[in-house]
Amino acid sequence: MRPRTRRLRIVIFSALLLLLAGWLAIFALRLNANLFYTPSSLAERGGPVVGKKIKLGGFVEIGSLKFGEDAEMTFVVTDEGNEKITVEFQGLAPDLFREGSGVVSTGAFITPKIFEAESLLAKHDENYVPRELKSSKYTKQTND
Amino acid sequence: MIEFGHFIAFVALATAMGQTYWGFTGDRRRSTQSAIIAFGATAVAFVLLILAFLRSDFSVALVANNSHTLKPWIYKLAGTWGNHEGSMLLWCLVTAGFGALGAYKLNTGRDVFESRAIGIQGFILTGALAYLLFASNPFLRIENPPLEGASLNPLLQDPALALHPPFLYLGYVGYSFVFALAASALIDGRADRLWASVTRKWAMPAFILLTIGIAMGSYWAYYELGWGGWWFWDPVENASFMPWLIGAALLHSLVVTEKRGSFAGWSVLLAVLAFCFSILGAFLVRSGVLTSVHAFAIDPLRGSLLLFGLGIFGGSALLLYALRAGKIRGGKDWYFASREGGIAANNVVLIVATLTILLGTVFPLIGEAVDSPMSVGEPYFHLTFVPIMALALLVLPVVQDWNWGKVSRLRLSRRLWVVLGCSVFVGVISTVLFSASWLSAFGLILGSWLILGSLSEFHRRAVHWSKVFRLSLRVWGMTVAHAGIGVFILGAVVESSWRLEETVTLDIGEQRKFADWTLTLDKVESIEGPNWYAQQATITAQKGTNLSSVLKPQRRFYPAAQMPTTETAILKRPIGDIYIALGDFRETSTGGYYVFRTYFNPFIGLVFFGAGLIASGGLLSLVGSFKQSKTSN
Repeated sequence: MRPRTRRLRIVIFSALLLLLAGWLAIFALRLNANLFYTPSSLAERGGPVVGKKIKLGGFVEIGSLKFGEDAEMTFVVTDEGNEKITVEFQGLAPDLFREGSGVVSTGAFITPKIFEAESLLAKHDENYVPRELKSSKYTKQTND
Repeated sequence: MIEFGHFIAFVALATAMGQTYWGFTGDRRRSTQSAIIAFGATAVAFVLLILAFLRSDFSVALVANNSHTLKPWIYKLAGTWGNHEGSMLLWCLVTAGFGALGAYKLNTGRDVFESRAIGIQGFILTGALAYLLFASNPFLRIENPPLEGASLNPLLQDPALALHPPFLYLGYVGYSFVFALAASALIDGRADRLWASVTRKWAMPAFILLTIGIAMGSYWAYYELGWGGWWFWDPVENASFMPWLIGAALLHSLVVTEKRGSFAGWSVLLAVLAFCFSILGAFLVRSGVLTSVHAFAIDPLRGSLLLFGLGIFGGSALLLYALRAGKIRGGKDWYFASREGGIAANNVVLIVATLTILLGTVFPLIGEAVDSPMSVGEPYFHLTFVPIMALALLVLPVVQDWNWGKVSRLRLSRRLWVVLGCSVFVGVISTVLFSASWLSAFGLILGSWLILGSLSEFHRRAVHWSKVFRLSLRVWGMTVAHAGIGVFILGAVVESSWRLEETVTLDIGEQRKFADWTLTLDKVESIEGPNWYAQQATITAQKGTNLSSVLKPQRRFYPAAQMPTTETAILKRPIGDIYIALGDFRETSTGGYYVFRTYFNPFIGLVFFGAGLIASGGLLSLVGSFKQSKTSN
């Protein structure tokens, strides 16, 4: 087999595979890249869309954390604006989750006022603020 | 003491420059001497830093920020590399170590080629030491030493994690010497079978160590984070996984170059890429551009310096490749339907799979740049990386059956039909008896196909089972590693398809059902460790009348770091792990309860066992290569 033919075939094979991978990647990113919002940025964009999966980040308002039966919990997420959103979650919160801490919850709005979280991510340690919160220039204003 | 360490690190830097100079001028003897001195000096600096940590010398800024007197000594030791500066010194040490070992061990009879490789390693070491001394200096004192240190992140205070970074670095940095050998071959314009045989002996240990490092990190994540899973597609996990994949492609390409002389240019390119991905990994982890548990050095300057280093090393090697690759001669002729063709296809697939991971890892950065922050999670990788890799693994047993050069007939051999039949049978059984989804069934078919296919190939080569000990260690290694991938896939598929996960609430004395087990919360007590205190729950897990076990999950609090951690309790059973993490006590209107997260992870042991098999297969093959070159001399 001539090297040139071989090279051509390898290039064709690679191009086809790259196309397949690109198609899969676009498909997967459309489906799964969760946009990140804070309560204020949601309000700016005209309020939440019920049922769409997003990430909601902010700080847990002090005094808002309540527990129910069966490991249910609700708390209010807020940021430096005045917007507040009630989050419901069932399960075990991360180790560093507490009132006043930064939290990023993944989930969807079940009504325009209530966000149902599938998972919670709290800051990793005392010095850590979720990156998305930092980049959107919200600074910590409450005390632990 | 630490000033001496600081000084001797400068000595190492100067010798590394000498190593570079003499290496490039082709002075084999002087480059070797300087490589060994550079290693010795770096080792002394490293030992001095370790001593500062062991003695809790808080006048050293790094120790004050990362250690604590109450820590057990093993974590004082591990604390040396549990931070950015210390881990960079470890990085330098490993780079110098590979340089010295290479200088001492290389024996190809090509002095200029060897000197240049040592020189390139010296150049990398110079860069690493300069970065250490000027951008992340571990030897600095503070003026007013505190009485007590700020302690190491408690999550990192764990035996698996004490060893995980050294292994990972040995792997990452192992590729630096592979890179040096490739770049030196490019300067010569000669990458022949001897080159491939030598390079493979350096690429293999790097791959084995990286495999062990990744597996340890994954095991740590499994039992320490308390999330039940073992792989989270975290940017840092991805950063270590990408060089692993490129390294796997490299090993296969090198076999072709070694046996047939073909793919030489391609092997050189992969060797360059493997190291580039290692530096890229360091950049992603250390610059703080991505959020992760590992991002302990959020500092834009360091990020740009690492990016600069990537540009220098990667850019110059790729430029060299563009200029010189044409000179590298090809080997024996081959057709597309041949073992070469199969390995070429496998290489392309591995690279494309790596690119999908790269895209998923850096995509959030692109989102941030256009001001719509977002994240990419597990589902993305399951939809892109997994099917592409499945494609490559599906053809693996078929390609093994093909000859070098040209396949006489393309049909599947009868042997492989039997293997395929057995594998499909496994899939059907899983659907019928355990109601597996078609995707899980496909995964199980793939895993069995790989295991049985490798064994069948093993049998074909031995002709008869009684003759397997006459086969070379390299064949043994190949079989064990490929079967290991199959074992890993079986474990991963079973674990993710049949995992049970439940949040259980229990008050003291209460009972709940979980899977086939009855969990009773006997008591919750406060206990104390050397540098932590904890709440410990005692849970009796009972199955039937005579099977009963006690699990003691903890919720620890480390006062020095002001940080809680979860210590899971895992009950290992032949068919899987019962895994319990203790949460907080919650007061409600009607009283209160403790929250537990419970998992049943079936056959999760296979995941780590599979990774172990891959590493052992690599080791067997490596030993085989050394034996082979000894007999041929």
